[in-house]
Amino acid sequence: MEKSWRINLGPIEKVPLGQGLCYQVEEEGIAVFRSRDGLVTAIENRCPHSNGPLSEGIIGNGEVVCPLHGHKFDLKTGMGSAPNETVRTFPAWVEEGTLFIEYHPALVELVKL
Amino acid sequence: MKKKLVVIGNGMAGARAVDEILKRDRDAFEIVMFGAEPYGNYNRILLSNVLNQTQAPDDIFINPLQWYTDNDITLHVGVKVTHIDRAQKKVFGLKLSKGTPPYGSEVAGEKGADLIEADYDELIVATGARPFVPRIKGSDLPGVFLFRTIDDCDLIADYAKNCKKAAVIGGGLLGLEAARGLMTHDLEVSVIEAADQLMPSQLDREAAKILEGAMGAMGLRVLTRTFSTQLVEKNGKVGRLVFNDGSLLETDLVVISAGIVPIVEVADKSHLKVNRGILVDDQMRTNDPHIYAVGECIEHRGKTYGLVDPIWQQVAVLADILTGVNEDAEYIGSKTGTKLKVMGVDLTSMGEKETDETDDEILVYRDPSRGVYKKLIVRDNKIHGAILLGDTELSDSLMQLFQNEKPLPENRGEILFGSIEGARLFNAADLPNSAQICNCNGVCKGDILSAIDNDNCTSVAAIGTKTRAGQGCGSCRGFIAQLIESRIGKVSYDASEHYYVPGIPLEKSQLVREVRSRGLKSVSATLQVLGEGEEDPTTKTGLASLLKTLWPKDYEDERDARFINDRVHANIQKDGTFSVVPRIMGGVTSPDELLRIAQAAVKYKAKMVKFTGGQRIDLLGIKKEDLPAIWKDIGLPSGHAYTKAFRTVKSCVGTDFCRFGLGDSISLAQEIERRFQGVESPHKVKMAVTGCPRNCAEAYVKDVGIVAIEGGCWEIYIGGAAGSTIRKGDLLCTVDRPEAVIQYTSRFLEYYRQHAKYLERTYGFVERIGIDLLKGILIEDSLGICANLEEKMQEAVDAYKDPWKEAEDPLYPFQFDGPGLIEVLQEAENNG
Repeated sequence: MEKSWRINLGPIEKVPLGQGLCYQVEEEGIAVFRSRDGLVTAIENRCPHSNGPLSEGIIGNGEVVCPLHGHKFDLKTGMGSAPNETVRTFPAWVEEGTLFIEYHPALVELVKL
Repeated sequence: MKKKLVVIGNGMAGARAVDEILKRDRDAFEIVMFGAEPYGNYNRILLSNVLNQTQAPDDIFINPLQWYTDNDITLHVGVKVTHIDRAQKKVFGLKLSKGTPPYGSEVAGEKGADLIEADYDELIVATGARPFVPRIKGSDLPGVFLFRTIDDCDLIADYAKNCKKAAVIGGGLLGLEAARGLMTHDLEVSVIEAADQLMPSQLDREAAKILEGAMGAMGLRVLTRTFSTQLVEKNGKVGRLVFNDGSLLETDLVVISAGIVPIVEVADKSHLKVNRGILVDDQMRTNDPHIYAVGECIEHRGKTYGLVDPIWQQVAVLADILTGVNEDAEYIGSKTGTKLKVMGVDLTSMGEKETDETDDEILVYRDPSRGVYKKLIVRDNKIHGAILLGDTELSDSLMQLFQNEKPLPENRGEILFGSIEGARLFNAADLPNSAQICNCNGVCKGDILSAIDNDNCTSVAAIGTKTRAGQGCGSCRGFIAQLIESRIGKVSYDASEHYYVPGIPLEKSQLVREVRSRGLKSVSATLQVLGEGEEDPTTKTGLASLLKTLWPKDYEDERDARFINDRVHANIQKDGTFSVVPRIMGGVTSPDELLRIAQAAVKYKAKMVKFTGGQRIDLLGIKKEDLPAIWKDIGLPSGHAYTKAFRTVKSCVGTDFCRFGLGDSISLAQEIERRFQGVESPHKVKMAVTGCPRNCAEAYVKDVGIVAIEGGCWEIYIGGAAGSTIRKGDLLCTVDRPEAVIQYTSRFLEYYRQHAKYLERTYGFVERIGIDLLKGILIEDSLGICANLEEKMQEAVDAYKDPWKEAEDPLYPFQFDGPGLIEVLQEAENNG
């Protein structure tokens, strides 16, 4: 069974409209995106290709483009455009202007636990 | 003895007139006909079928040569009448030499040929019309064709074999027919129309828009509101079109099809009354009682006609009169309507297309998903005008009501829809797999579905390449589109390679027009209005660059549309840190500046300090959150080493110190850099000014390179490159003053900003346009746009703000925030 926590990331306004922002949760960078149509999504901030900061990428059509080499990732599923590349996703939502995510440590850590 | 009848013109009007006469009285006349074309009479309406090879030329003859023999008609083929001697009642003609266009205004006869003469008692002039050729420079180049005769078709088809791209000037009925013909020759075809819509004589704007969409889906590019000003030669034949806004279109072949004009020279020379056409009364008689005229060459009650129905009506009246069947027959003019298929799209148009009368009823029915549009203008309970697009089942009955001015039923719905039982909904998706979709190439529905499913064909053109479906007459392309849609939801257009950005189906010049006319100043607004629901990242960055160019002052800067470098004005590095390159005009700095840069490098722990290729200093490894502070500490403006903009101007020490210096390269470099710094462009622009042809500043390989030469002059080179592509720039011009350098550089850079594709460097751009043409446009001002180019560049320069000022005043909160550390409070623990 996987453990997860609901984490308060503060006011949603912090994430610029149509952009992403990186939150450091414990050891892990989490990129949260707020699209212009109001969708809030959260994925692992690290591009598996060469560690690019995904939170700095341009989003559009439900994807984020890594700013380093243009690899793309689906914001909802974490599925990458290159074969065998995926990033972890986290449920994210807004309650009365406050951004929340459901955080679960990476699987490797779970194995350690 | 039989009366002598001579007919000048053996086209649809002349031959039909004879046919009608023979039907009424076979023995009334001894008939002589002159035809400038070397054939019998053929159906000109079907010429596009000949061009698209769905019909052989032989198949479109109405009256083959045998018909004339069978009816004892003397036909002088290939003979053009040169004049009429009205006093002697004689007609003279000349055998045209091979290759002379029959509709030309010059008559080039065969060498040594005698005049052919014929006596007449009654004479019919049916000289028809010739293509209207707008005044466009270069319209006499090889590769430029008119589209009027079988021979024209042959010439075009033959020439098209070695072509990839074709352009049709004229988006009217004939132009689209020509385009349709050309598309079957595997050409990429563009139609250019000066009006703001296709078929301006037949359609209102909405219908034209739908038609345009359908044409686009079939792979035809449509450029409206586009005036061609010049055809430019390339390797001895036509190579491109230049439009009046300075944009260009590459093409290997041009067909001019911009309407027709009556041929009146013979009538005019013989002193028959001529206005736009040969003037006739209601008996089709000219001002000479023994000379009649019919067809496209006439003007009747102030109107000229270019359609076949009025001609049939005219010749029927004429035959009645000449044979005495009804000497009081009258032609009172035609209420014209057209019913046609434009590249597989059914279309009917009659009467007026718009109305301003408030008492008129306007009925409109739209079914965009099927591409159906019906419009009816009712005046005094009669049809005043109608347009049927996509569904023309009722066109015959409407045409009847219109031409006979019949009163309409009270229930207007009946007029637009007919009875429910009569309605026909046809969708290719409902057909069995064995059904043949493309009758020309025998391709079944199953083959097409397999191409969609197994070969990833998502456009009509891709299906065509794979299966040949739709490559014949093209009339099944709509069905192919339906099949793609039913299978994968959306048809993709191959025209996309020409789009400025993938998400908006417009080329740059069209996009610019739309953006300007609709006043779109932000990326999100532009996507909302012009996009197709897509929001892809390349579209956003490309649009942002363009919008900033178009609205230097009022552009609404939405940073989510920009790459990270342009959000925070620094260049992202592989480890996620940024590089900081301050502006150092012309590469000349001072000890004070160097000290500040050095201190900042220490304070913000730059991982490396590096001199760049553009004579600047680069501080690498700076954290995003430190950017505002380091900019403030350095106290210099942004060097724009991160954006698609005018960047650096390299220089050598020029006349100040160098023994060889011929011009003050440092001052000029600094002046150029100060002027153009940070102005955005389709790609980065690197410049240099060098003080002598030894070229220490490497000006020959810059986007813009200025070289001082003997005699106090400066050479301006454009389109150089020394990155992944190496190219020596082309010499644009040599000037004798630094001010002129600034002026011509402004013109070039603004022209590049306006007309280059997104991410197209100047080396590609200059090569694409060609230096000779650029010289014409930018130096000789051949298009008269230079003043505007300079003005637009001045606006951009005036609107420039140093982006590093955002250190004091961020554009949005948290613009420069690094990762926010979050304490995990474990507010709630879920056992998921």
